[in-house]
Amino acid sequence: MLYVAPFLFLYVTLLVYPLFAGFWLSLHKADFFGGSRFVGLENFVRLSNDKVFIGAVGNTFYFILLTVPALAIIGLGLALALNRTTRTAAFLRGVFFSSSVLSVTIVTLLWKVVFAPDGGFLANLFEAFGKQPVAFLSDADLALPAIAITTIWWCIGLPMMLFLAALQQVPRELYEAAALDNAGRWKTLWNVTLPSIRRTFALVVIIEVVLQFQLFGQAYLMTQGGPNNASRPLVLFIFEVGFTRWDVGYAVAAGQILFGLIAIAAMAQYFVARRKEAF
Amino acid sequence: MAAQLASGAVGRRLGDRVILAATIALAIVMVLPMLWAVGLSLKSNAELLVDTNSVLKAPWTLRNYYDILIGSGVFRWLLNSIIVSVGMSLGVLALSSLAGYGFARLEFPGRNVIFVLVLFGLAIPEQAVILVRHQLFSDLDLHNTYAGLMLPGMSAPFGVFLMTQYFKAIPTEVDEAAMLDNASRFKIFWRVLLPMTLPAQATLGIFTFLHAWNDYWWPLVSGTNEQMYTLTVGIASTQMNFAESAGLGYLMAQAVFAGLPILIVYMFFQKYIVRAVSGAAT
Repeated sequence: MLYVAPFLFLYVTLLVYPLFAGFWLSLHKADFFGGSRFVGLENFVRLSNDKVFIGAVGNTFYFILLTVPALAIIGLGLALALNRTTRTAAFLRGVFFSSSVLSVTIVTLLWKVVFAPDGGFLANLFEAFGKQPVAFLSDADLALPAIAITTIWWCIGLPMMLFLAALQQVPRELYEAAALDNAGRWKTLWNVTLPSIRRTFALVVIIEVVLQFQLFGQAYLMTQGGPNNASRPLVLFIFEVGFTRWDVGYAVAAGQILFGLIAIAAMAQYFVARRKEAF
Repeated sequence: MAAQLASGAVGRRLGDRVILAATIALAIVMVLPMLWAVGLSLKSNAELLVDTNSVLKAPWTLRNYYDILIGSGVFRWLLNSIIVSVGMSLGVLALSSLAGYGFARLEFPGRNVIFVLVLFGLAIPEQAVILVRHQLFSDLDLHNTYAGLMLPGMSAPFGVFLMTQYFKAIPTEVDEAAMLDNASRFKIFWRVLLPMTLPAQATLGIFTFLHAWNDYWWPLVSGTNEQMYTLTVGIASTQMNFAESAGLGYLMAQAVFAGLPILIVYMFFQKYIVRAVSGAAT
């Protein structure tokens, strides 16, 4: 018990207590300076009528739709292309994973000077081809897709590596049998490789859903949620309400919604991870 | 028959080439933003104001890096990041190893129930607790301290989960053999079992370090004093007034300066980092 105690102390004070205090706080109208009054479920009723909140939930799902399929499919494609022992492949794997170690602030700084309408990389490219530069980050239809591209660039390393690990696990005998049958490249891919890594595919999708649900830094640093709320995700909403408007009870209530959504995804991950064979 | 096989092989080789070419093209797209930033950092701010295409031609200059060296908070932020990341990693390793050993080897009342409760913590996202945690740290006067920046990361249960699994996988015969030598329980833990968990320690340490190094939200709201900025927060603070005061070249030099340490670490420990990150995800 003595061995477990130091961790348990931190775990209870910094994770469990804040979670339950949060449940309680979300039933209050509370501000940062300690003023607090019990209001029951009023915060949740307010959330359901808050257009900015509903929009933020919608943006979050739209963002997931933009990023997760792309991450899974590009990640799988790269893994299939780079699943070999040559030095070139090893080098390219390193390149595709390298962006993953950068922090969000550097990533957004890099991509802001790619997207900038005035002297940005893409703007210069557009001009070179005689086209008008596009202001990606201040266009309501393009802001979130631009953030999605940034995010895919940043996060592509993890799905690629997870698929590579799965490809290493496919039994050699399956490929040998396919070769005996004179199966071509596509047939082998379709009938042997892909069925063998189905479970990993599901895992990658769920992991990325959980990760991209938590979109915050890219939106905060690239667009501040604008223009016109078009790129404000749920977590940025919580941050703004809690840390700039100091409407703490309301922000915590929004945090509970996020917790519920992520818990569902985490549960799905647990079940997929458990079903080793059947999947 | 032989001809058929040969043409198949040629087709295969051609296909390989096409795939390789496409992958290399994609890799170039991948590094372009980084090269663009490095290019911008090597130009004078005045020249970039006129035309950023000037990146492609001389004169280049190290002036922006010189300006960073003499008068920027970036060194202080770098130091803060190192202290916080190393401190948090060591803390997580110590707490997780102790707790992992406790859960895997010791008998105490309620052990299994407590372990399950700890596992539930894996599903709690930081965003759900950060506001209350922020108030708690205000009450304890822990904001703008190193301890305040490090402690939240040490309460995450992932490390305990990992270490418990790892200790459980070590056969109990190892303990029993040491017990016969009259070794004390702590000695068994410290001298015999702990060294056997080195691969897991490496995975957990690297994962925690990267997480701490790149964490943004908590240091943003806790270390609000400029002297306590981590590198991530500091670099973010300079881009909020984007291209206004500091100048584009200077901003990019800062980004390169901040990104380089972690990229160099990555080059040397690539294998371990990849293993740690993908191991932690599944």
